[in-house]
Amino acid sequence: MRNASLEAFLPQWLRPCYIVMICLAPLILWSPRLVADQLIVDKAGGSDTYATIKEALQQATDGDHLFIRSGHYLEHNLQVNKSIVIEGEDGAIVDGDHQGYVMVVHADSVTINNLEIHNSKVSYVEDYAGLLFEEVKGGKVTNSRFKGNFFGIYLAKSEGVTIANNELHSKFKRESGAGNGIHLWYCKDIHVHNNRVFGHRDGIYFEFVESSLITENYSENNMRYGLHFMFSDSCAYRNNTFRDNGAGVAVMYTQHVVMEDNTFIHNWGTASYGLLLKEIKYSKVRNNRFEQNTIGLYTEASTDVEITHNEFVENGWAAKVQANSVDNNFKENNFIGNTFDVATNSRQNYNQFDGNYWSHYNGYDLDQDGVGDVPYRPVTLFSYLVQRHSVAIILLRSMLVDLLNAAERVMPVLTPETLVDSKPKMKQIK
Amino acid sequence: MRTTLRILQYEWKDLLRGKWVAGYGIFFLVLTDLLLRFAGSGANVLISLTNVMLLFIPLAALIYGVLYLYQSREFVELLLAQPISRNSLYWGIYGGLSVPLTGAFLVGVALPLTWHGVWTSEALASALLVLGMGSLLTLLFIGLGFWLGFAFYEDRIKGFGFALIAWLVMAVLYDALVLLVIYVFGDYPLEKPVLAMSVLNPIDLARIVILLKFDISALMGYTGAVFSRFFGSAWGMVAALFCMGLWWSIPLWRGQRIFTKRDF
Repeated sequence: MRNASLEAFLPQWLRPCYIVMICLAPLILWSPRLVADQLIVDKAGGSDTYATIKEALQQATDGDHLFIRSGHYLEHNLQVNKSIVIEGEDGAIVDGDHQGYVMVVHADSVTINNLEIHNSKVSYVEDYAGLLFEEVKGGKVTNSRFKGNFFGIYLAKSEGVTIANNELHSKFKRESGAGNGIHLWYCKDIHVHNNRVFGHRDGIYFEFVESSLITENYSENNMRYGLHFMFSDSCAYRNNTFRDNGAGVAVMYTQHVVMEDNTFIHNWGTASYGLLLKEIKYSKVRNNRFEQNTIGLYTEASTDVEITHNEFVENGWAAKVQANSVDNNFKENNFIGNTFDVATNSRQNYNQFDGNYWSHYNGYDLDQDGVGDVPYRPVTLFSYLVQRHSVAIILLRSMLVDLLNAAERVMPVLTPETLVDSKPKMKQIK
Repeated sequence: MRTTLRILQYEWKDLLRGKWVAGYGIFFLVLTDLLLRFAGSGANVLISLTNVMLLFIPLAALIYGVLYLYQSREFVELLLAQPISRNSLYWGIYGGLSVPLTGAFLVGVALPLTWHGVWTSEALASALLVLGMGSLLTLLFIGLGFWLGFAFYEDRIKGFGFALIAWLVMAVLYDALVLLVIYVFGDYPLEKPVLAMSVLNPIDLARIVILLKFDISALMGYTGAVFSRFFGSAWGMVAALFCMGLWWSIPLWRGQRIFTKRDF
């Protein structure tokens, strides 16, 4: 009856809420830990705070929220064994001081947000990382900054982790003593999104990873590869930019990879390429842009790769297709202003080139259907000669080379006869 | 020296009246301007310009060098009747031809580069290199033309023919020889022999120095690295300039010997 009388004081529209509140009240009272504790770490001290992150981690229980106030915390080998949220105030720096791992996560569903992690140990024996996730399910690393670490974020045998909006910087003298930015090893269902990686050995590294996504990342100035991707079936990477990396991007020994809307730009050096495909099967390379790379796309022993709607602009070689690559389909790509369009190392060709636009094409289109009436041979005699004897490149832009190319184009003797685009587009494909 | 300069001055006036030099300059002016308008950025234009320059300058300089000697025979014989040393006369004629031709090339290329604002950009060093190489090639091939012209002073067809053949050999056939060597000895490390061969031909030398400047060295892999290192070193530059110097001085010296000893 008391309840009913109380109810009378409330406005009509609030009454259902009131009933729900009455029902929930005992629940809230009976379970003491439904509202998580917040543990505050503050170097400057203060009531109810912990002076070190280590102490706070020891006290934490599942579901706790660990908040690290601004300050420089010289701590290493921090073990996270509970499913907690770790969040930093702006300016909160955890510095490993080159002693070992900075933070190691063993618990599932740990979230790390807005933290700054510095200086893990550099070693030739063990892969010390700024942040290591080992054998966990679920978890997040977001909005964090990593500086001067050997490996940045290292995921081993983990599932369902999201790595988003982080920035990783490092500086190394030699490749052999350098670590990777975001390193995944035996992982599944990982999402790597909108991270920026600079100056590591490999920007992003995937080995034995399944069903994962790499989206909108930016990888620049890494010593070896912007993205290094091996034995990782059924993964996709989209909208990433790989710029000025030592050797570009390597995707190897994998099936069913989707590579879409990425930009491979200015990977320029004697052994650099935009994208290296080695033993790739049943995969798609679509809508990517390859600009100013020594070699835009290099395929070796790859089969059934669909290469469509890409832009190859001002590369040394737009595409180098080794003869052990079979049944790859180059369709409706734009080849603009490349020194060499296509190079190969054999007279045999088992790949298709169809309906591409080639800026070097100088045929005509009498019936005005937008398709050139004369087939285009993208492999010039000179590119064949250079492939056979690399010293021959010294004759680049010699008049002799132009004459030889013209003669060969009329009557192919050395270049692969079947490597022909029989429907070259007259205008650039939009 | 003064007589040399005076003769040079007469030659100069004569050339300008002939309008050929102006045409030569205007050709480069129009070419550079069109390239800048349609090919876009500075580096691309300079590469295209280099392509034309490597073909056209040797040809024009050689043929003009030979033809000019034949054309000005009366003038030379008139001056020989005066108390002038043959040396002064020779250098006067050479200077009178090579300075305006080089000047026409420099002005023709530099003017469009100026009004398209390439000088201020980062392409400056490469532009200077292209201009320098063009000038060197002009000077060098006029000298070669003089040698051939004086060697076949009576037999004009022969002189003209040899000039064309010299151009063909240096611009095209020499490269064919290089290619042949590469093809036959492909199993051996060829970087150094090929390097030596290309230093020996001024057109190849100019082409490679310019290519390396334009960052194409990355395309050239190991070969490019070897070449870059050679031309980047002091020794390499000295060797390159020395070879260019030989190509400039030997034909001119031979031409001068023939001219001074000749019974007109």
